[in-house]
Amino acid sequence: MELVTAQDLKKTYTGDIPIEAIRGVNFTIQPASFVSFVGPSGSGKSTLLNMIGCLDPPTSGTLTVAGQDVSLLKVKSAAAFRGKNIGFIFQDFNLIPVLTVFENIEYPLQMVQNRPAQERRKRVKELLAAVGMVEQGHKFPHQISGGQKQRVAVARALVTQAKLVLADEPTANLDRETALRIIALMKDMRDKFGTTFIFSTHDPKIVENAEKVFVIEDGTMRESNSGGERHV
Amino acid sequence: MFNILKIAGRNLLRYKRRTLLTSTLVTLGVVAVLLFISASGSFKNMMIGQITDSMLGHIQVHQKGYLAAIDSLPLNLNMKENQVMKIREILEKHPEVEAFSPRIKIGAMFSNYAETTNIRLNAVIPEMELKTVPLLRDRIIGGNSKILLQKGEILVPELLAKGMKVQVGDDIVLVATNKDGSVNGQSFRVGGIVVGISGPGGRDGYIHLEDAQSLLRMEAKEVSEIAIRLKSMGRLDTVSTALNSELESIRNKMDKPVFEVHTWARLTPFFNIVKMIDLMTLFIKIMLVAIVLVSIMNVMVMSVYERIREIGTIAAMGTSPNKILLLFLTEGTLLGLLGATLGVMVSLIAITALRAAQLSFDFGQQKGLVLNPTIGVADMVAISAIVVCIAVIGSLQPAWKAAKMDPITALRHT
Ligand SMILES: Nc1ncnc2c1ncn2[C@@H]1O[C@H](COP(=O)(O)OP(=O)(O)OP(=O)(O)O)[C@@H](O)[C@H]1O
Ligand SMILES: [Mg+2]
Repeated sequence: MELVTAQDLKKTYTGDIPIEAIRGVNFTIQPASFVSFVGPSGSGKSTLLNMIGCLDPPTSGTLTVAGQDVSLLKVKSAAAFRGKNIGFIFQDFNLIPVLTVFENIEYPLQMVQNRPAQERRKRVKELLAAVGMVEQGHKFPHQISGGQKQRVAVARALVTQAKLVLADEPTANLDRETALRIIALMKDMRDKFGTTFIFSTHDPKIVENAEKVFVIEDGTMRESNSGGERHV
Repeated sequence: MFNILKIAGRNLLRYKRRTLLTSTLVTLGVVAVLLFISASGSFKNMMIGQITDSMLGHIQVHQKGYLAAIDSLPLNLNMKENQVMKIREILEKHPEVEAFSPRIKIGAMFSNYAETTNIRLNAVIPEMELKTVPLLRDRIIGGNSKILLQKGEILVPELLAKGMKVQVGDDIVLVATNKDGSVNGQSFRVGGIVVGISGPGGRDGYIHLEDAQSLLRMEAKEVSEIAIRLKSMGRLDTVSTALNSELESIRNKMDKPVFEVHTWARLTPFFNIVKMIDLMTLFIKIMLVAIVLVSIMNVMVMSVYERIREIGTIAAMGTSPNKILLLFLTEGTLLGLLGATLGVMVSLIAITALRAAQLSFDFGQQKGLVLNPTIGVADMVAISAIVVCIAVIGSLQPAWKAAKMDPITALRHT
């Protein structure tokens, strides 16, 4: 069964001049896939990711995520749905400055899912090891590098065993080498935990690592052969 | 919840200077209020104590209408002997009454054989008077303050003694008009000088009750007033109400109550000063509330504004709006709590210092009364509770704003 299904999905921003950011797209995403949304600035990548992430409701069409129709979720149930099913990775890392690396990863388990302390410790340790940050657990975000911050963010997105991780331009604030390492880490995590990753990017070098690429242009979408497949 | 406290606490530490500034402001407010309450309370208690314990007593009973006519010290409004007996009976078995003292109030002519002047006198039974107003003893200069006075002696008010140049041991004559209008004189020895205090009755002299009865040629043992001392001043209102309703039941032939019962508050204009002090305390409390409200609200609005992206992040991750609300409410509340705690601590230190400094002030003719500020646990708890409540109220609006934030808009905020 598909993890994400969109049918004739549209998003129009109302305002002085209504903007049709997404103009009726259809796509499906399988579980455990590694997907990239590519396209020029303003094409609608973020808009699409926000809808899949239940942060923004579509204007029309249907959108099913993890078996649930999410197009009509209310604010509170959308928050609950995100907390249960979706992990987020942000362009600016967005770690909580007053929490240590360990506590940042622990945050969704504690403040969103209310898991018991023992389980939290076990999960956080597992994720710290998986992203190679065991030594940095006690540090605060301002004490680690950008690449390390994004590793922590990856761990935080995965700690709840979310089915889907959404990453809007996760490498835009990193140098090329670090960016490739983060993408490689995400792919590792997909292999290890079977989590689906969808990330957006401009960078063709990064796109090469995706297994499936959706090209977005002016609110419409077409599937392209991925860079990864081209290499083969 | 512990985690919310942790995050809120660390966010306060993150902006140390601002936290310090705001909590200092709250602290100053709390200190101002507590110091005012304690100093004014001390002044108030001393003033009340001085007036009640050296002159008025806590409660007084008169014949109905006496108080309204007290300026002329009307002898025809004295309580009759049988009425006095009834009151004595009630007071003697009353569990809350510590002591009482019957008095005759007289206006008379005072002559030192060279000059003559007017004098107002309280005629008392010394032992009963001293039990009812024990601090009267401290107002006596010369003579035997232990027994107050003996029969045949008079305690002369200080100012009158100066003006008439009389000293302890001198002989003087009192001339008084009795109820029927006939005049009688009697000679007295000056047994002591009595220092005046502020307020009506504060410059009266004292003679023995039996001397007054013979001076006024009273056949029956009438008295003008009965002053009462209670075991506990805190029960004043309850006891006075109870006493009033008990005495109300004693009626005259026209079925009107014979007696009137007044607490000290009705007998001295200083009660208005007490009321004024209470009013000022209220105003200072209102100012405290305003300070806390404005400063906490201001800080929390800033706090929310600076952390919009953070709020967007935790909201995107699925933190419920209620939890976000709680996070900011906790932060504001902690700030209030910090200010209140510091305030109470600083106040306690300041009050201890004030006590050690032995500050003194004058009250009327009373010089060098030592200010003895104290503060009750109840006051400290009440003020802290007010501060914390206002801190919650002040954080409510900003916290609500944070909770309602749309994650996408918040995340896009720069
Ligand atoms: N909240 C909004 N209100 C109005 N218009 C919006 C809003 N968000 C996005 N848009 C518009 O929708 C279109 C798609 O924007 P979107 O942010 O999805 O593009 P993007 O592909 O993510 O671009 P970039 O690569 O620059 O991040 C743009 O024309 C943008 O101006
Ligand atoms: Mg974008």
